[in-house]
Amino acid sequence: MGVEPWERDLLAKKSMRLNADYLDNFYDEHIYFSKEASSGGQGVGGGGCGCN
Amino acid sequence: MQLKNIKGQMSLAACALLQVTSPTVQAEDNEWDVDTAVLLYSEGDGRVSAFEPAIYAGRDLEDGDRIDLRLVVDALTGASPNGAHASSVAQTFTTPSGKGSYTTKAGDTPLDDTFRDTRVALGADWTMELDRLSKLTLGANFSKEFDYTSLGISASYAKDFNNRNTTLTTGFAFNSDTINPVGDIPSELMPMMREGFSQNREGDNDTKVITDFLVGITQVVDRKTIVQLNYSLGITDGYQNDPFKIVTVIDPVTGLPATGGIFDTGVTGNLPYVYEKRPDSRQKNNLYFKVVRHLEEDVINFSYRYYWDDWDINSHTFDFKYRYQMANSYLQPHFRYYMQSAAEFHIHNLELGSEVDQVTGEVLVDYASNDYRLAESETLTLGVKYGMPIGDNSELSMRAEIISQTVTDDNVPAGEETPDLDAVIVQVNYSFVW
Repeated sequence: MGVEPWERDLLAKKSMRLNADYLDNFYDEHIYFSKEASSGGQGVGGGGCGCN
Repeated sequence: MQLKNIKGQMSLAACALLQVTSPTVQAEDNEWDVDTAVLLYSEGDGRVSAFEPAIYAGRDLEDGDRIDLRLVVDALTGASPNGAHASSVAQTFTTPSGKGSYTTKAGDTPLDDTFRDTRVALGADWTMELDRLSKLTLGANFSKEFDYTSLGISASYAKDFNNRNTTLTTGFAFNSDTINPVGDIPSELMPMMREGFSQNREGDNDTKVITDFLVGITQVVDRKTIVQLNYSLGITDGYQNDPFKIVTVIDPVTGLPATGGIFDTGVTGNLPYVYEKRPDSRQKNNLYFKVVRHLEEDVINFSYRYYWDDWDINSHTFDFKYRYQMANSYLQPHFRYYMQSAAEFHIHNLELGSEVDQVTGEVLVDYASNDYRLAESETLTLGVKYGMPIGDNSELSMRAEIISQTVTDDNVPAGEETPDLDAVIVQVNYSFVW
């Protein structure tokens, strides 16, 4: 499991980031936080909101 | 150059785990990565609409450090369910200020259309490279709404192992929130009063504190695959009611909102609705798994989250994106499915006699809420995103999604069901280097 440094060509692409769609994800977290009972999981921080 | 890219990518992987900004466009040293977006969100049937511009800016500093800043403005208008259910008779409610009233037609779900707010949120993260394999990120967040203020700090530590194929992360966040609702804080489980009567209130603000912990591992599996597994624990203490939500008190004989006696509105001023009450502590748990897999040209992005808390809510969230790479642009369909169980104190209504004392009006249960967000429900999201480069260092993308939420109303009388929620998202992003 794992790769050597010279095998990271694909992993280095923007589309391979764990949070490639950062702003989309940020918006989605906010929307679903205000519409569903569950939230979180991906990280900590990010600020509070009175929408739920 | 290749080594620099590798270092940058590992940093970005760690930052993503920490919810630190990972800009779409990679800047060179001394340049800002800037991501901007505008989101339009609109619910059907005249419910909530939102206009939400956001800007993120981040840049690398000396010695491997990085700073990330963000600003989000959120303008909301529309109507939100007040918690009372639809009835075969017209229903009249007092506005949160206590100075007005509104009437809902027979058969309609009561919506409070006084809902209107603007939120401004600021955030900053500073990531410090402690040594070649470890980073510390310190963050601060502040947001302000008309009736809500949130102040938060966070810290995360990430360390690479195993030839940088494994990253272990621990995180901590603390938030202090204050709510200062229009018309002050309603007295829990006390009746909404008719307009003109003194309203049941207890103080003009209340607070809660939220403490989050996270441990996570990110693993490069092979040249095309990276996976992430997080466990997080969130503890909330303090005021967790929605001050604008009420629960209907019904006469079990007629099945209609109670009238007469303690609810003889003309005499006592008591409307047959009581303000909700939720426990003042909550412990949330999340187990989150994600995998990103590169195919020949396309990329699959899948995540699953299992959530459970001590309000007896548990949920499953499946999220799938498929990035279809075209010659110089991409198309990315998105599918999300979410299902949750109800909170143990979620209740359709309270019955006079068994759950509400018919002489004094005292509510005989500890907690009660008919907030649809605490009900058993499912949410389905379907969307698509299209992105294309603009010049060498910028990208334009557009996203459109539809959201459909269904509340499971088992054992609810016909005509009193919670209506489905349908919403549309339209978003435009523009990322560039400055």
